[in-house]
Amino acid sequence: MSDQQPGFDTLAIHAGAKPDPATGARATPIYQTTSFVFDDAQHAADLFALRAFGNIYTRIMNPTQAVLEEKVAALEGGTAALATASGHSAQLIICHSLMMPGDEIVCARQLYGGSINAFNHSFKSFGWNVVWADIDDISSFEKAITPKTKAIFIESIANPGGRVTDMDAIAAVAKKAHVPLIVDNTLASPYLCRPIEHGANIVVESLTKFLGGHGNSMGGIIVDGGNFDWGKNKGQFPMLSEPNASYNGVTMYETFGNIAFAITCRVLGLRDLGPAISPFNAFQILTGMETLSLRMQRHCDNALKVAEWLSKDPRVSWVSYAALPGDKDHDNQKKYAPKGAGAVFTFGLKGGYNAGVGTVSKVELLSHLANVGDTRSLIIHPASTTHSQLTPEQLEKAGAGPDVVRLSVGIEDVADIIADLDQAMS
Amino acid sequence: MNHDTYDAAYIRKILEDVRTIAIVGASSNEARPSFFVTKYLIDKGYKVFPLNPGMAGREICGRKVYASLSDVPEAIDMVDIFRNSAVAASFVDQALTLQPVPKVIWMQLTVRHDEAAERAEAAGVRVVMNRCPKIEYGKLSGEWGWVGGNSGVISSKKQSLHGSGKMQSLGIVKQ
Repeated sequence: MSDQQPGFDTLAIHAGAKPDPATGARATPIYQTTSFVFDDAQHAADLFALRAFGNIYTRIMNPTQAVLEEKVAALEGGTAALATASGHSAQLIICHSLMMPGDEIVCARQLYGGSINAFNHSFKSFGWNVVWADIDDISSFEKAITPKTKAIFIESIANPGGRVTDMDAIAAVAKKAHVPLIVDNTLASPYLCRPIEHGANIVVESLTKFLGGHGNSMGGIIVDGGNFDWGKNKGQFPMLSEPNASYNGVTMYETFGNIAFAITCRVLGLRDLGPAISPFNAFQILTGMETLSLRMQRHCDNALKVAEWLSKDPRVSWVSYAALPGDKDHDNQKKYAPKGAGAVFTFGLKGGYNAGVGTVSKVELLSHLANVGDTRSLIIHPASTTHSQLTPEQLEKAGAGPDVVRLSVGIEDVADIIADLDQAMS
Repeated sequence: MNHDTYDAAYIRKILEDVRTIAIVGASSNEARPSFFVTKYLIDKGYKVFPLNPGMAGREICGRKVYASLSDVPEAIDMVDIFRNSAVAASFVDQALTLQPVPKVIWMQLTVRHDEAAERAEAAGVRVVMNRCPKIEYGKLSGEWGWVGGNSGVISSKKQSLHGSGKMQSLGIVKQ
């Protein structure tokens, strides 16, 4: 192609996806194989020592997965990416690459409930300690930083409340402390927001949601921004900046430069922890990604109409959707996600907990389930499901109080979505 | 010319044009990046001359090691410098005294010396700085994507298996 920089929609279709070298197949083939034959003993040795590019074993890499990785890296504006079995496993591998027992990570309170659980409970058993901060008080991030802090973790658009985070301000805190800023971009997708352009060093996403888009395949991704100096402070990130004993003394940052984080996650994290994405899932997600722009804009357009309708309904006490004029995040939305505020948002029912449970029980078109980012419209009552492990105080902080209903507005005819909500709320 | 970014076509032409490459600062330590690059360029069919005064007369990857550029017995198409920016200039100046003058002077990732680059370009030598030929070859061939790397290359042309006939080896397609 000419030296003109390709646009987003061109990248969504073509990035990483050249015709297959062996067969000329135009669509990306599903390489449903566990392993790959070596040319000879020297080739095998070179691959195992990271001296050659190539495929060894699908727990570490796979050609179908590789197309997915390059495509997401291109859409996010990163240098490289690593796909994993799920968004949660992507988070695990990121933390494994950055943190040693006793280290700390500063996280926004406004996170997906599953992430709050992981940081509060599971990650503690690795000795990784979370310190919570609040996106409504940027100074809380600065105050939470200690010499043990290894990263800051936020969501671009927070689940479930649809809150839009002031990334530039938090990136400045991370830069001052010389710790990487990790942004979970699941609810925005790179179509709405590209966190690396706002100072993120690592982007993590659940591919299960809008990138795959059809609610049929699990996947996660880690995108390396290629914009962090892992060697600046000696000993700060030993897995990246010190010679690695399991690779005969190779130093990741020195050897792999601006893709060192993605490589570390692959050859030390994925290799040893094992949550590989299946080639079939990678294929399904790739197919979904080709229509990301079309779907995402329709999601946003439908969501805005549903939010406007709800905000005028007497049964509804409040609507938290950043695209609504007057919403407290409306300015941030116009800055960070100007094409739309996404499909996921919450609203409050005057009838409280019982009205929430009643609504999700009566829907007929919307599906009552624990996912977001499907073509189908989805509904859930977080306090009784995804966020039920949290304390009342945590529920409020996470935007998941007892009266809260979360929607993931699909791409059906919006009149039908509104009609179903109307009857279910009755 | 501007050395902050390079067009893919400029890099492609260089990697297509050169056949002999002298690697200044080649290492026999198999964990070092300079060893990785030496090995990779040999595997891609380039005739590589490793340079390392401390190892002169011995071998790296089966190739005889020379002490300096002037010791290399053949015309050098490309000098690849694996030394820090401060001393890179002296190797550029040595390269410019060779007959014939090399077509290309390449400085590895983190290595950049703009004044030396200007002298080389004045002598008609193409210059690349702060890049790695292994990475650039991988981006153009498609191998970079195998490790999740963003190559920046968009193409509807089939990727090309390398002429060596190895199964897991892609080559640069002439365009």
